[in-house]
Amino acid sequence: MITARFIKLLEGRGLLFLAIVAVVAVLIPACNLMFPVTSPLHITTGTMVLIGKYLCYAMFAIALDLVWGYCGILSLGHGAFFALGGYAMGMYLMRQIGPRGVYAHPVLPDFMVFLNYKELPLAWWGFQSLPYAMMMVLLVPGLLAFVFGWLAFRSRVTGVYLSIITQAMTYALWLSFFRNDMGFGGNNGLTDFKDILGFNVQAQGTRAGLFVITCIALALTFMIARLIVASTYGKVLVAIRDAESRTRFLGYRVEHHKLLVWVVSAMMAGVAGALYVPQVGIINPSEFHPANSIEAVVWVAIGGRGTLVGAALGAVVVNWLKTMFTSGWLAAYWLFALGGLFVLVTLAMPKGLIGLWDSWQARRKAPGSETSPAREAEPSAREAKP
Amino acid sequence: MIRQLYRRLAATLLVLLAMAAPAMGQGLNEALDRFSADSFSETEAAVTAIAASGEARGVDILDALADRRLFAAGATKDVFYRNAAGEGFDARSGRPATIPAGAAPVRLNNRLRNTVQAALGGMTLLSPDPARRQRAAEAVFRSRDAAALDTLNLALVRETVPKVRATMLEAKAAIILSNPATPEASRIAAVQDIIAVGDHDGIALLRQTLAAATGPLREVIEQGIVTIERRQRIREVGQTVWFGISLGSVLLLAAIGLAITFGVMGVINMAHGEMVMIGAYTTFVVQEVFRINFPHLLDWSLPLAIPLAFLVAGALGVAIERGIIRFLYGRPLETLLATFGLSLVLQQAVRTWFGPTNREVSAPSYMSGSFEFLGMQITYGRLWIVVFTLFVFAMLLLVLKATSLGLQMRAVTQNRRMASAMGIRTRFVDAMTFGLGSGIAGVAGVALSQIDNVSPNLGQSYIIDSFMVVVFGGVGNLWGTLVAAFTLGIANKVLEPYAGAVLGKIIILVLLILFIQKRPRGLFALKGRAVEQ
Repeated sequence: MITARFIKLLEGRGLLFLAIVAVVAVLIPACNLMFPVTSPLHITTGTMVLIGKYLCYAMFAIALDLVWGYCGILSLGHGAFFALGGYAMGMYLMRQIGPRGVYAHPVLPDFMVFLNYKELPLAWWGFQSLPYAMMMVLLVPGLLAFVFGWLAFRSRVTGVYLSIITQAMTYALWLSFFRNDMGFGGNNGLTDFKDILGFNVQAQGTRAGLFVITCIALALTFMIARLIVASTYGKVLVAIRDAESRTRFLGYRVEHHKLLVWVVSAMMAGVAGALYVPQVGIINPSEFHPANSIEAVVWVAIGGRGTLVGAALGAVVVNWLKTMFTSGWLAAYWLFALGGLFVLVTLAMPKGLIGLWDSWQARRKAPGSETSPAREAEPSAREAKP
Repeated sequence: MIRQLYRRLAATLLVLLAMAAPAMGQGLNEALDRFSADSFSETEAAVTAIAASGEARGVDILDALADRRLFAAGATKDVFYRNAAGEGFDARSGRPATIPAGAAPVRLNNRLRNTVQAALGGMTLLSPDPARRQRAAEAVFRSRDAAALDTLNLALVRETVPKVRATMLEAKAAIILSNPATPEASRIAAVQDIIAVGDHDGIALLRQTLAAATGPLREVIEQGIVTIERRQRIREVGQTVWFGISLGSVLLLAAIGLAITFGVMGVINMAHGEMVMIGAYTTFVVQEVFRINFPHLLDWSLPLAIPLAFLVAGALGVAIERGIIRFLYGRPLETLLATFGLSLVLQQAVRTWFGPTNREVSAPSYMSGSFEFLGMQITYGRLWIVVFTLFVFAMLLLVLKATSLGLQMRAVTQNRRMASAMGIRTRFVDAMTFGLGSGIAGVAGVALSQIDNVSPNLGQSYIIDSFMVVVFGGVGNLWGTLVAAFTLGIANKVLEPYAGAVLGKIIILVLLILFIQKRPRGLFALKGRAVEQ
């Protein structure tokens, strides 16, 4: 009974998405570990890590779609939550290095020895344990989102203004983390990780394990997001997106609804960042750069805003394109392509790739019908008018 | 004591002679003849005569004499000297020469040596070149050589440059205060001289003297230190405010175009920074054209670049409005994304075209250098930018308030349908407004090319600050933008000494975020229903 309801809740598209994630989670590590390097079925560890990275981005995109697509909060600073989660994980991995650093200090990471730290700063306490670090991965972005959102939503900062102050937030963090005296490695960030829970992070097996965990986390994130948007609460969020004042007049506490989804989304972004760091092996302040956050928004826009699956799809497609473009003679044209894509998507396909697919389906099912699906429910057009 | 008296007398004599200023050249030649006599009295007469000649080369010759680098050839009466680096010169012509083997160094005794020193000090203190006088006065201030006192007094009478005069006064006071024999009254007078000048060196000198001072002198000095410190603090505040205004004018310049596109039209133009960048590159191109074709008119390239940058960026702005933005009116978030994409394309286009490295835009002659105002150093470049910013702001106000296009712009933003019903071509006005905002961003680029690196990333560094300024000031309010820019500029500079540049900026950002919570519509919010869109 519960399973049946759950399946219904996920819709066909959601089930398809989960199925694909499951297949990827099994197939790719299997191809990596089971087949020898010479086999045509072998997938290199590099490719696996790359796909793992895309999946982290997909999680991040789902988190962003939850607030933007369903609640109309365009965050241009979501990268801050992603990076904070990443830093929390990075700090755990730094503490795991222990005396194997260049300076062989039993407790202090290399950069602290280099900067003449005498003892571990308070912010680093407890990060030798993974459960504590995992808690911080959720707590730090969540707390920042709570404080920021509480202030912003309560004073009804909305729309463009909110976008600009979220951007200012990540910009301020970007500047702060560059400073050496913040105690988070400054410009170089955290890197040279050795192991996680005793397993070598560079080892093929660990990487495969991390990949599987990322897939599971992605599936869980998607299911939670889906649960949220399909619930009554989710319907209120959509109402807020489309007509905030009207929802308020109906008696809903708009601020509370917004704040909850905002904090949940920030935590999801934090988890995505935490899984991202051990796979790519570095976290530095550039992750806070405002441009990263805007890029993430574009993944969502390209995939299809307000669909969750579309957001994940957009993240994977754009990043795959980025890898293709930036690895050869096309490198100089990547920004042309990305920028052009932004313009094209916003002008020509406001519902993204998923929207294209839907309209193609609709046309196939009802040939000759005049209903243009692009017009039927366009969230952005509505929110503009009072 | 007697020697000192003698030195003073000699110096006074020299100065008097110098003031008489006899025929130049002639005097030097005659003086040089005397060196060949190889007698102390003749040499002394020569030194006096050289000092009297007032020729710049005389200093080199006397310097050489003091260091035994001056050579006389005896019979031919030729005189040569070596400079400190060991190169030989003919003393009469000042041209390089090889010193003949027969020439012997001119001899000195102790008395003569003092005469030479006094003459040297006098000559430089009375030199026609103010920079030289300044250096001489500083040297006296450091050495506190009592022998220079009389020369100093005379130099003070003649001195007209205030800065040099101040240094001389301080030097004089330093001599008086370091001599334990001077009476109390003249000491107090000296302290008061220092208070009147009141700079960093002066306060150090007063502190030194304070240790040994007693009675009324001590009181005067203590008061003096307080006075000077207060004056310095005021000066520091003035300097901070000036730096703040200077930074504020840069912020205003970068934000003012955005105040039109974002503030008046409500379009989130993330490519605004790129318009600034394109203005800067226009300046670069204009300057290169001048450098290659009309190098003598290079100073004119900047004034010419201003209208050109306006046209280039403005035309691009119109194209962007017609090509992209008009499809997105009423959808601010989509506009934001599309213009961000556009900014990436423009950046990459400039990077492909001009290369990723910084381009050099040189400052015209009238923008380099600095002057002193109430003890503050003010560079002409910064002053011009402040003036230029205010000029641009005034022009913009004029366009909006006093032209028919400005009237139409305001009508369209206030009530588009009514404006349209009145026969205003709203689409045309939209394009013109966006073009105006972009053009002004281009003009800002001309000014920013003078103080920032002209690189494809130029615009990026201003975009967030610009949005902050516009939002802080209140959207749709040009005066608010002005006040916000200067407030942020000054606040930044006030915080800088305590927190450092980066942390100061972070604090400002956090304060701004908090401020927007308190007043979501900025400092000077527009009132009425129009806001509630």
